[in-house]
Amino acid sequence: MFFLPHLHRHPAFREGMRDVSPQSPGIAAWGLMTGVAMVKSGMSVFEAVAMTMTVFAGSSQLAAIPLIVAGAPAWVILATGFCVNLRFVVFSLHLRPFLMHLPLWQRLGHGYLTADISYVLFTRKYAHPGQTPAQKLEQEAYLAGNDFLNWLSWIIASLVGIALANIIPTAWGLGFAGILCLLGIQCSLASSRMRLLSSAVAGVAAVLAYALPLKLNIVFAIAVAVILCLTVERLRPGTPSGGHA
Amino acid sequence: MNGTDLWTLAVIVGLALVTVLTRSFFFMSNKPWHLPSWAQRGLQYAPIAALSAVVVPEIVMSQGQLIATWQDARLFAAAAGAATYFWRRDVLLTIVLGMAVYLPLHLGLGW
Repeated sequence: MFFLPHLHRHPAFREGMRDVSPQSPGIAAWGLMTGVAMVKSGMSVFEAVAMTMTVFAGSSQLAAIPLIVAGAPAWVILATGFCVNLRFVVFSLHLRPFLMHLPLWQRLGHGYLTADISYVLFTRKYAHPGQTPAQKLEQEAYLAGNDFLNWLSWIIASLVGIALANIIPTAWGLGFAGILCLLGIQCSLASSRMRLLSSAVAGVAAVLAYALPLKLNIVFAIAVAVILCLTVERLRPGTPSGGHA
Repeated sequence: MNGTDLWTLAVIVGLALVTVLTRSFFFMSNKPWHLPSWAQRGLQYAPIAALSAVVVPEIVMSQGQLIATWQDARLFAAAAGAATYFWRRDVLLTIVLGMAVYLPLHLGLGW
């Protein structure tokens, strides 16, 4: 939450921003194409802007738009958004011990602003929650800086995409830059054999379960990979599990 | 869609609340509880699994099917991107060189 002075004045805030900056062209390309796709699939400019500024979750936006345009019942649209976002529920379980010392509204604020890339970069940097108030504040400021640049890159690019929707052709496949960005972060996490295993298992599981509706293949793949890695750890007690980039 | 009606705006606000609900799911309640240590350990495998689950289908699938040809720009771009990362440890360069392989193959050869 970049608007809190005690966070954006902390040196870790800049560090968080610096760690996102190499990713930001990828985030922007992805935001740009999401903006274009929103307008091309039938939303008005006003609706697309409202969605960008409030929903702030690309995959749930893209899943909801055809349903909104078709006039599906509201509960169906919201349930779809929930299912497409299910991976965030797993992320919130991981982030919980890092944030529980904060008041509720601040926890909700951090939760809202922490999307995939910020979650991954934050947990890559901090394996364990801070013990002292100073450490907790540093982690919070890092997360806020990370979230801020991620949010800014996404929002600006989405608005540009909405404005230029009729000029930017989707056939160019610029959105692939977003996938390359995630791929680069994925490689940065592959620091131990067990993590490589997790990555390989999740990739295969996500492909095999691709036919599941509502992107449920993603949560399915995370669950399979985590359970399998824990099982391997148990069978081979000497397996080094950690490894931080 | 003609104009913006209140229903659409209400649905958009609802989706924003869904974002808050899912991203804050496990830290909304104040009740103190601790995750069993095996689960806490398991979660360290979640970030790379989540990325892989999003990325791999975007590289090897098309219209819900596994691609049957090697003539797909995404395969070469992803290979170039991963090689770039392990060479220079730089995500920005991964994106740039990956796209430098992707765009000519995709736009030039139609792969």
